[in-house]
Amino acid sequence: MSETSSATACTNGPAVIRAENLGLTFPTGDGDIVALSDVNLTIEKGDFVSFIGPSGCGKTTFLRTIADLEKPTSGTLSVNGMSPEEARKARAYGYVFQAAALYPWRTIEKNIALPLEIMGHSAGEQAERVKRTMELVNLSGFEKKYPWQLSGGMQQRASIARALSFDADLLLMDEPFGALDEIVRDHLNSELLKLWARTEKTICFVTHSIPEAVYLSTRIVVMSPRPGRVTDIIESTLPRDRPLDIRETPEFLAIAARVREGLRAGHSYEEGSV
Amino acid sequence: MANRVIPVLTILLAILAFWYAAAIWMNAPWQDRLNARADLVDVPFAEFAAQTWAQDKPVLPAPHQVVSEIWNATVALEITSRRSLAYHAWITLSATLLGFAFGTVLGVALAVAIIHNDASDRSLMPWIIASQTIPILAIAPMVVVGLGSVGLTGLVPKALISMYLSFFPVVVGMVKGLRSPEAIQLDLLRTYDANGWQVFWKLRWPAAMPFLFASMKVGIAISLIGAVVAELSNASGGGLGVRLLTGSYNGQTVQIWAALFIAAGLAAVLVAIVGAAEKWVNGRMGARA
Repeated sequence: MSETSSATACTNGPAVIRAENLGLTFPTGDGDIVALSDVNLTIEKGDFVSFIGPSGCGKTTFLRTIADLEKPTSGTLSVNGMSPEEARKARAYGYVFQAAALYPWRTIEKNIALPLEIMGHSAGEQAERVKRTMELVNLSGFEKKYPWQLSGGMQQRASIARALSFDADLLLMDEPFGALDEIVRDHLNSELLKLWARTEKTICFVTHSIPEAVYLSTRIVVMSPRPGRVTDIIESTLPRDRPLDIRETPEFLAIAARVREGLRAGHSYEEGSV
Repeated sequence: MANRVIPVLTILLAILAFWYAAAIWMNAPWQDRLNARADLVDVPFAEFAAQTWAQDKPVLPAPHQVVSEIWNATVALEITSRRSLAYHAWITLSATLLGFAFGTVLGVALAVAIIHNDASDRSLMPWIIASQTIPILAIAPMVVVGLGSVGLTGLVPKALISMYLSFFPVVVGMVKGLRSPEAIQLDLLRTYDANGWQVFWKLRWPAAMPFLFASMKVGIAISLIGAVVAELSNASGGGLGVRLLTGSYNGQTVQIWAALFIAAGLAAVLVAIVGAAEKWVNGRMGARA
């Protein structure tokens, strides 16, 4: 396990995220829960890294730890060469949650402007950035709508625009399409890839869909529960330019099989694991 | 339209019919005595009913008596007259509004303190709840007379009683409202490194608006009750409470009922105004029409 984790040490760019022996334990009345144990991982600039595993494997916890929404209890973690807290204060990342979490009393453009208001951008700058990011996620024309007037997929696109609006180089996405139907999900997946190609951001993406992870990622981190840990890290051999029907190719299926194998090795398919 | 008007009218007519019937029944003993004194025997029922609806000091006045008393005491009188119900209603209304404003501000301030500070949550909340277990009838005279003895009379002591009642629903509602944002909405602001001030104004305050208006609807109605109760302790100050009091001293049931109806109408109008403000704010906040 630690062999596969340390295999990521081969670097060809500056590390955006570096985790060494990272651990996180939640104390509960029922005994401690080990959410993360001995995680070693380096993510480089421009990577699209997916975290996959069953519920309780710590994939969301790891993302929240990068975002300084949780504090690790052991090991070290750096984001852009800083501590997660410094990185958060430097607004180093945009975070997309499972639910769109748009504020219902704000129009779509005002929702996207929310981080810009908080970060103190001028009104002109805000308008310009809102316009640009709304174009980027294909939401132009919906500026004055309220969230309830948009479909679930469009709301999630707005929340992605909100995370992109202040132009952080790192995008953390926690099962952003988990609540959407498969057709919308396919569509947003291919849009996300285009967006990634255009913006050259580093993306960390949590999912529990194998096809989604394989389709999107340059690297797939397979995790398993009890304790939450990394069991395999798979480098994708797929080209960066990926049409949706790449999912029918033998190469794609081979990577998917390896992900499945990694999940099985982590006992993720056993009774009570999922 | 018709299917909304008909049920409303039906209920209204049923209430009126019940009221007139109850007036006959409740005023009958006194009417019997009056008729006996006047040597009237075997009065036909229709005539007897009309008599019970036209007594000078009935146990239960008939609706039209109350309406005509309201008319005589408002439209037919100079507004500055000490007998004008409009004059008394204004006295009560001004105390109500001032007390409601005090109560809302106090309630919001306490709620803000409570959600931002665990210690104030634990130390304030028991006192706030205890304050509402004291009967207002016991505390109002003490406050009004006590403040009167230090020279503070008129509007402010009454407004304080209104405040005492109306701050409570605002505190309870606003604590819930300011705590209503979901965890991810708060996490989101944390990822932006928003400060406490921004979290309050951009998330907690707007999220609490529905709770504020629900609380204010309760608050303004009990503000009115507070003002009326406070007036009972200071008969020289005027107000609807004083009309109730003098009415009961003199057995003027029609006057009591007229004052009660004015108070109820006032409460309805005030609640409707808060409701209209709520609608306006909801519209501005993009709520589904």
